[in-house]
Amino acid sequence: MEIPVTDDLPQRISRNPKYAELVGMRARLAWGLAALVLAAYFGFILLAAWAPALLARPVLPGGTLTVGLGLGVGVILWSVALTGLYVRRANTVFDPLTHALIEESR
Amino acid sequence: MSAAWLHPAADWSAVVSFLLFVGLTLAITGWAALRTRSAEEFYVAGAGVTGFQNGLAIAGDYMSAASFLGISALVYGGGFDGLIYSVGWLVGWPIVLFLIAERLRNLGRYTFADVVSYRLNQGPVRSFAAASSLVVVIFYLAGQMVGAGQLMRLLFGLDYGLAVALVGLLMMVYVAFGGMRATTWVQIIKACLLLAGASFIALAVLAPFGFDVGALFAQAVAAHGRHQAILAPGLLIHHPLDVLSLALALMFGTAGLPHILMRFFTVADARAARKSVFYATGFIGYFYLLTFIIGFGAIVLLGGSSGPVGGETALAGGFNMAALYLAQVVGGDLFLGFVAAVAFATILAVVAGLTLAGASAISHDLYANVLARGRTSEQAEVRAAQLAVLGLGVLAVLLGLLFRHQNIAYLVGLAFAVAASSNFPVLVLSMFWRGLTTRGAVVGGFIGLAAALALTVLGPEVWRDVLGHAAAPFPCRYPAIVSMPLAFLSIWFFSVIDRSARAMAEREAFTAQQIRSETGLGA
Repeated sequence: MEIPVTDDLPQRISRNPKYAELVGMRARLAWGLAALVLAAYFGFILLAAWAPALLARPVLPGGTLTVGLGLGVGVILWSVALTGLYVRRANTVFDPLTHALIEESR
Repeated sequence: MSAAWLHPAADWSAVVSFLLFVGLTLAITGWAALRTRSAEEFYVAGAGVTGFQNGLAIAGDYMSAASFLGISALVYGGGFDGLIYSVGWLVGWPIVLFLIAERLRNLGRYTFADVVSYRLNQGPVRSFAAASSLVVVIFYLAGQMVGAGQLMRLLFGLDYGLAVALVGLLMMVYVAFGGMRATTWVQIIKACLLLAGASFIALAVLAPFGFDVGALFAQAVAAHGRHQAILAPGLLIHHPLDVLSLALALMFGTAGLPHILMRFFTVADARAARKSVFYATGFIGYFYLLTFIIGFGAIVLLGGSSGPVGGETALAGGFNMAALYLAQVVGGDLFLGFVAAVAFATILAVVAGLTLAGASAISHDLYANVLARGRTSEQAEVRAAQLAVLGLGVLAVLLGLLFRHQNIAYLVGLAFAVAASSNFPVLVLSMFWRGLTTRGAVVGGFIGLAAALALTVLGPEVWRDVLGHAAAPFPCRYPAIVSMPLAFLSIWFFSVIDRSARAMAEREAFTAQQIRSETGLGA
């Protein structure tokens, strides 16, 4: 961003309520989504380690595809979807808010 | 059946594809060398890479030969178990996006040590970051070099030592002359070739089944010696702690790999950094799904009694070559040549990225900022980086010779474990925790690094299998399950007991750092 940093601009930004809003919103989303990815992945690993029989069951009775395969592919798709969600939210909410914050504080 | 089936029929097409790739990449290197004058050009391609290009380059950096050949081979051998690795390698990416990428771009210029040392004492922090980055780079390089040597020997009948030396030489030329610009384009081209090649194999595998994945799996169950068991967790699960420890390393190690972190400095701003992770995650996820289809395709087309190699363990060159055999079955010799060249290009691109990251740790962190205390010219720093590239190239060749008989996936897994136990905790705490001090970062970071290394030596893979002792004192093959929490704990402990005036000032400086990190102001 091509904005000259004057001596007290950082102070004025930190006092602007929009700054706390931005930091709080982004932190909640980032840590929340990270927790969702962690839960999905470690859930998958722990099931594979301690309940392999469950993962070996077919999704549909008599079918070939097992619960484990579905969950594994599901974790991959889940991860990609959540990154998409974050980027979308950052593009549409965080970026305009950051811009407004800097403009207001100049 | 012997190696004669794969070789020498593949020879000329592989050689031609390979020469085309080398010719093209050297031309790009020449073009990049003309434009690479400043340090910013050399380290980060002038920070002018677009988000999409960087996404491809990250994918190119990350989809190593270990994952292409290794995961298809794991699936080919054990079915479902391969999925545990694919998933683990992917889930690191959302973490990089949510917690690291944008803040990294806002706070740093060339290396991740820029970020960690932002409000801490430059000398000790950069020394630690450079040391631990070099350890990660060395393990990773060793794995790639061994893969390159084995691949070249099998495909071209080239002597192992000669193959390793050739990779070392090419990589030195790319990186020393073309810097980040050449490295980025080598990675982009390689990513496109690899995605195209893997897509073709997967489509060719699925076509006879009318693109019905279920039918492919049904056929694989019939063809594989373990039958229905290949669709459920199996062999790996006998050691749940190993799997958990590896999972931790894969998930958090990605966010501590210096060559991956460095890629975020090649884009213009945080917005482009975040976009590049999204593209990269998409490409990498797609690729891992493909390797899974390729592995099951190999079971069907290579493993059954009608397959060209007769039995499931009879592949010349080992399991790791399953994807290449499959390429020949579905696409003929010409296509095998193409895929072989792609596999080789894959290794070259990864090795180039690693070397550049290692060299910048030496020239930017150790030389320019620690030894010269920032009082050096840009020319001298670039010259130092180029010398470091040459040194690392020679070292990589030696490592390739030294680790010749080590398992590739294990070496790469170790690199992730070390990154998750040293770089990652220090980096994430420097961004999010006001209380971090120089003493905490350096002492705690070194404890994590030392623990990861010591537990590796005390673990079964080295203590029992390499050193020949009866039983290993540490039961896990991968150290992260102990070394990563230990690193966090040590960093926290040595930070909170630090009551020096310097530590107070460092905590004070967090506010200014956070403003820049969150808004990009001044970046």
